[in-house]
Amino acid sequence: MKRRDFLKGSLQSGAAVLTGGALAPVTAEARPNLQPKEDAIGMLFDSTLCVGCKACVAKCKQVNDMPPVTESEIRAWDEARDLSGDTLNVIKTYKNGDGSTKDAENNGFAFEKRSCMHCVDPGCVSVCPVTALTQHEKTGIVSYNPDACIGCRNCMAGCPYNVPQFQYDKPFGQIMKCQMCNQKGVERIDNGLLTGCSEVCPTGATLFGTRKALLAEAKRRMELKPGDTYTYPRGDVSNPGSYHDKRVPTYKQHIWGETEAGGTNVMHISAISFDKLGLPPLGERSACSVAEGVQHSLYSYLALPAVLMAGLSYVVKRNTDEEGEGS
Amino acid sequence: MSAHEKAGGRIFTLPFMILSVIAAIGVYFIIQRFVYGMGAVANINGGFPWGIWVVYDVVIGTGLACGGYALAFTVYVFNKGQYHPLVRPALLASLLGYALGGFGAFFDMGRWWQFYNIFLPWNWNFNSVMLEVGLCVALYIIVLIIEFSPAFLEKIGATGLLKALNKVLFLFIALGVVLPTMHQSSLGSLLIAMGYKVDPLWQTMQFQPLFAVVSALIMGFSIVIFEASLSHVRFGGKSETPLLGVLGKIAVGLMAVFVLVRLGVLAGQGKLGLMFAGDFSSAMFILEMALFIFPAFVLLSATKRHNGGALLIAAVSMLFAGSLYRFNAFLFTYNPGPGYSYFPSVPEIMVTLGIIAIEIMVYLIIVKTMPVLHRSEHA
Repeated sequence: MKRRDFLKGSLQSGAAVLTGGALAPVTAEARPNLQPKEDAIGMLFDSTLCVGCKACVAKCKQVNDMPPVTESEIRAWDEARDLSGDTLNVIKTYKNGDGSTKDAENNGFAFEKRSCMHCVDPGCVSVCPVTALTQHEKTGIVSYNPDACIGCRNCMAGCPYNVPQFQYDKPFGQIMKCQMCNQKGVERIDNGLLTGCSEVCPTGATLFGTRKALLAEAKRRMELKPGDTYTYPRGDVSNPGSYHDKRVPTYKQHIWGETEAGGTNVMHISAISFDKLGLPPLGERSACSVAEGVQHSLYSYLALPAVLMAGLSYVVKRNTDEEGEGS
Repeated sequence: MSAHEKAGGRIFTLPFMILSVIAAIGVYFIIQRFVYGMGAVANINGGFPWGIWVVYDVVIGTGLACGGYALAFTVYVFNKGQYHPLVRPALLASLLGYALGGFGAFFDMGRWWQFYNIFLPWNWNFNSVMLEVGLCVALYIIVLIIEFSPAFLEKIGATGLLKALNKVLFLFIALGVVLPTMHQSSLGSLLIAMGYKVDPLWQTMQFQPLFAVVSALIMGFSIVIFEASLSHVRFGGKSETPLLGVLGKIAVGLMAVFVLVRLGVLAGQGKLGLMFAGDFSSAMFILEMALFIFPAFVLLSATKRHNGGALLIAAVSMLFAGSLYRFNAFLFTYNPGPGYSYFPSVPEIMVTLGIIAIEIMVYLIIVKTMPVLHRSEHA
């Protein structure tokens, strides 16, 4: 009788552990978003300045020693339509109606840069099982180490921008992504240079700098009166190589990357709403912070699994002894 | 004397030969994948990094291999010894499902030649759900081998080893419950970090691990019913229908939990209306719910529960329901944004079919040559 009660009790406590396990991730507080690093570096892309020349695409290929993508017989320029194992940076076109007016949502066109946003709270880094993706503690640059990578491609699924790209066409491929020209063997930032794309941009549409200085510049542009003339810098926002004067467009009052999913170090501003430019529907909360909260509430110190294991070992031992044989 | 016996009979039957042709085609394309790269065989792309090899072979395949998990709960935790005859065949199916799921994960790995990196502690990222899945599945395959090994030890007559193993087997049985609880729930947690890419009707965030583990148990119980019914038809022996009926009843309870909590969570997240949106996602959601609810109605009736045919239909519906839940969340309604779409290529499908064929072939060989099925005279 007593033993029955004891068994019943241990069964109930086992059920309690299971229920606790089910409820732990629901009730646990997810960690807050990671915060921008003090000296994070990044880029500001101003879509209204981009003329679609793709000098940045060509320079990126040169710096990273990657072949141009050619689709047609023209072979005069890189025809990459999207990021791939051969392309880390691409200029995409927005076109509506007759496409006659630059930066108009209706009957207009605009250009949009697509490259790694170097998230403040990067999903790729969070989901990688083998720490092949890392965020630099000072610069915030998200880099990739092919020697650790197993090719599970969770980073691709975990990236809100579909940035990491696997080289599917190679038998021994790897993930390719923009590492802000600072990867081993390139190290442009460490050597005091700018990223390739911001160095060659003829209009300053891609601007290099610290996240702080770039955010200040973006906010300044939000305040400008449409139709006025503004002196736009080229190259490094804190130390521009040159300037040019241009009429101020009607900016959307939205700096993409200031807060989206914890923010990004590469930010965008535009006269066209960002959903039309193909940026994803993101809230302020980074999805990976929720995933980590769930994971840690279930597995911190393996406490829950250990309790479950101890309880089950006891119950199973009792039950198998009773039967007098194993499996 | 063992309570199990080999089924015997010819191995190279006509169905076996047909399966071996499918398997050979699959193996041919797996070799292509290794020689020319994944892009030569599969249609996965920048927006859909995971195709059917991950979603069917690993995510759904291991769910369908949860028979051992479900029965371990029933027999050893809730002490229902009368289910013992079902354990060994279920363990074999689980072992094969998981082993081939592991193989699927391996040939889907982009950098397979350094797969061992996930086992090196200095590489571990404890924030990663994938780390938990990878390590836990690998460990569980080993546990399944140990749990199934008595069949092999009996066959070769290693009684000493068998006795020693039986002394510590309870630890592995307990692990056989703990590990699937862990990684089956984590398979759901994988979806959390994918955020908006997972359709709102499936993106339940913190509730993902709960739905994943409950769907694993539903699939586990229904695969036991399915396999036991088929094997009764094929190999004869006493019908286990009364026993299976009770398993069906447990599955009904799990389905009630799954459906009610799911609807409750969607209501709480203000997304219930989306199921009536009339789009592809809402249609898939309603189909999925129908597949969950239909067997519940069948199995609520005691007469139908004890009717082998009705039971089998209910089990098949549950298997489709659990599989569709995972297919929907990971693939069918997955939307990485404009410019990306995915439909598996023929070679990609052939690889998956080949894996399934190999699984069935190995199951048949082992059942015919090793003491797996329960001895009919005192079942």
